[in-house]
Amino acid sequence: MSNYITTDDLQIAIDAALTLERPLLIKGEPGTGKTELAHEVSRRLKAPLYSWHIKSTTRAQQGLYEYDAVSRLRDSQLGDDKVASIANYIVKGVLWEAFESTERAVVLIDEIDKADIEFPNDLLQELDKMSFDVYETKQTISASKRPLVIITSNNEKELPDAFLRRCFFHYISFPDRDTMQRIVESHFPDIKQNLLKAAMDVFFDLRDVPGLKKKPSTSELLDWLKLLIADDLPAEALGAEDIRTVLPRMHGALLKNEQDIHLFERVIFLHKQQQNRR
Amino acid sequence: MLLDFHDRLRAAGITVSLSEWLLLMRGLSMGLGTLDIDRFYTFARLALVKNEALYDRFDQVFTLYWSGQTQAFNELIDSLKSPIPDEWLRQLEKDALSEEQKAQVEALGGWDKLMETLAERLQEQKEEHHGGSRWIGTGGTSPFGHSGYNPEGIRIGDAAKRQGKAVKVWEKRQYKDLDGNTQLGTRNFKMALRKLRHLARDGRADSLDLDTTIRATAKNAGLLDIHMRAERQNAMKVLLLIDIGGSMDHHAKICEMLFSAARTEFKRLDTFWFHNFIYERVWQSNARRHTQSTGTTELMRLYGRDHRLIIVGDATMSPYEIAVPGGSVEHWNEEPGALWLKRLQNEFPHCVWLNPEEQQWWNSTPSVRMTQELMQNRMFPLSLDGLSDAISTLKTPINPVSLNDNSY
Repeated sequence: MSNYITTDDLQIAIDAALTLERPLLIKGEPGTGKTELAHEVSRRLKAPLYSWHIKSTTRAQQGLYEYDAVSRLRDSQLGDDKVASIANYIVKGVLWEAFESTERAVVLIDEIDKADIEFPNDLLQELDKMSFDVYETKQTISASKRPLVIITSNNEKELPDAFLRRCFFHYISFPDRDTMQRIVESHFPDIKQNLLKAAMDVFFDLRDVPGLKKKPSTSELLDWLKLLIADDLPAEALGAEDIRTVLPRMHGALLKNEQDIHLFERVIFLHKQQQNRR
Repeated sequence: MLLDFHDRLRAAGITVSLSEWLLLMRGLSMGLGTLDIDRFYTFARLALVKNEALYDRFDQVFTLYWSGQTQAFNELIDSLKSPIPDEWLRQLEKDALSEEQKAQVEALGGWDKLMETLAERLQEQKEEHHGGSRWIGTGGTSPFGHSGYNPEGIRIGDAAKRQGKAVKVWEKRQYKDLDGNTQLGTRNFKMALRKLRHLARDGRADSLDLDTTIRATAKNAGLLDIHMRAERQNAMKVLLLIDIGGSMDHHAKICEMLFSAARTEFKRLDTFWFHNFIYERVWQSNARRHTQSTGTTELMRLYGRDHRLIIVGDATMSPYEIAVPGGSVEHWNEEPGALWLKRLQNEFPHCVWLNPEEQQWWNSTPSVRMTQELMQNRMFPLSLDGLSDAISTLKTPINPVSLNDNSY
């Protein structure tokens, strides 16, 4: 049972990436399910998933392979037999493992923008040709079945043009009310309709408050609903009639930093003042 | 017809490259996005637009181009379904034609002739705007159906000359954006900014510390003892304040260059904007400056004294805007701008002012002279040399100023 809701254009994007064998670059607000998409695709295709989570220190080479010279040196001091063959010290990276897969694999390169600005450029050839050379052992590794590569980015750094040209690009926009309702219902099939409606009102009103540093996203809504359901709160308790008069219950799940909570309290305060004047 | 669409996209500033366009064609010929116009829209956007900031522009072009043309679209799609042989497109990707195909081209009156007619037709099409399927619909048989997709990709014989011509015919706007100087400029700026590096070891220990390793190994009676250390990285923190609007519009380009160079060079770079002179508020997003601004006092609290402060502005305004409370052109400022600048100087002693205005005019503008004096002669022209001077000046702190001294 899957509870990942895709929109039509996202499906077209995946179809295109599969048919034309191009990497698919996914951008979007945090919490719109970019990473989850890769997991879902791999589940639906029944294809193995290879994830590569990028950090600021990640280098492109690490996705291919690494030569562990240090342990070889250490082994040579201890007189280990392994030391004779350099192949014992080649550590396979994520892309290598995916290329070796006999069936079509799904590769997730998560948050590519976290890495150094040169990182995407270093992967151009490998993603284009789906093959690379191992210099130490003089082999060429190439994919028997071109994997589907899904790349996510949070837009922290701009990606180089040469890289973008080789990808399909899809921007996951924030789900509208209907889509959001489908998403919620797929996660909480038994949710009471009036609670759902009240919660959605609060949620979308909250996103409309100008100046929030971090707008609550889908994953936050789901967390919040989980709390509400666990406490079995009635819909009336949410104060959905007027979001501008009270902080919503369990707001900690929706507003993640104190500046936003302050801002929100200020909005409430101003609103009350206005009401009193009337 | 589709090529016209392509041209319009480029005209709207969406730079579609040859390979992206070919990919779109290949996708269409394989039946992707050919079911209806919605799917075509999604697929075209997927293949051609690589930045969500351009989505809106793409939508505009798409709407303008396809409105009322559903019939034409259907014809186009029909024509696309069969006659474009897959091999042709593959061939195009290989940037070459076979001997046989070359002969075919010759038979059609030679390459130049082909291009000329193509240009005429294109012209005609633009003038008449009826955009029927004639231009492309004949697909497999018409010479324009073939080469129409991407004449600049095909190279025969002395490629350079002819290719140049083809490009001239097809993409009149292509050279406009290829301003080599910009990159050169940004690069030079980057090199100058590089001097402002303060390298510090920070983060994961992932490079071999040879000296320590040798020493430790010797101590260990020759048994290897590896020591690692973190790589050196630029730890310089820079706060950039940029004047925007009004007289600064003339200098937008050079400021943009500086900005883009600085952004890639420093790990910690924060940019704020102001108008004419610094008062109690600055802002990060120009679109929302009235709703989301940062107090200058908050700025001083948020960013530590170790930040280098670079102010970019032409300092060209009425002297009242610097010296008098309420002098700002935009709002009522309780305190004069000069006082705010002095506060900033005390908070960020390593500061400079970069002025995009040419230095020879500085003396003829009173407000520039005043700012120069306030900055204790730490104002430099926004040129390569000026930037280098500014960066060496940034190494020394400014003399502390008294906030009570109301000389301005």
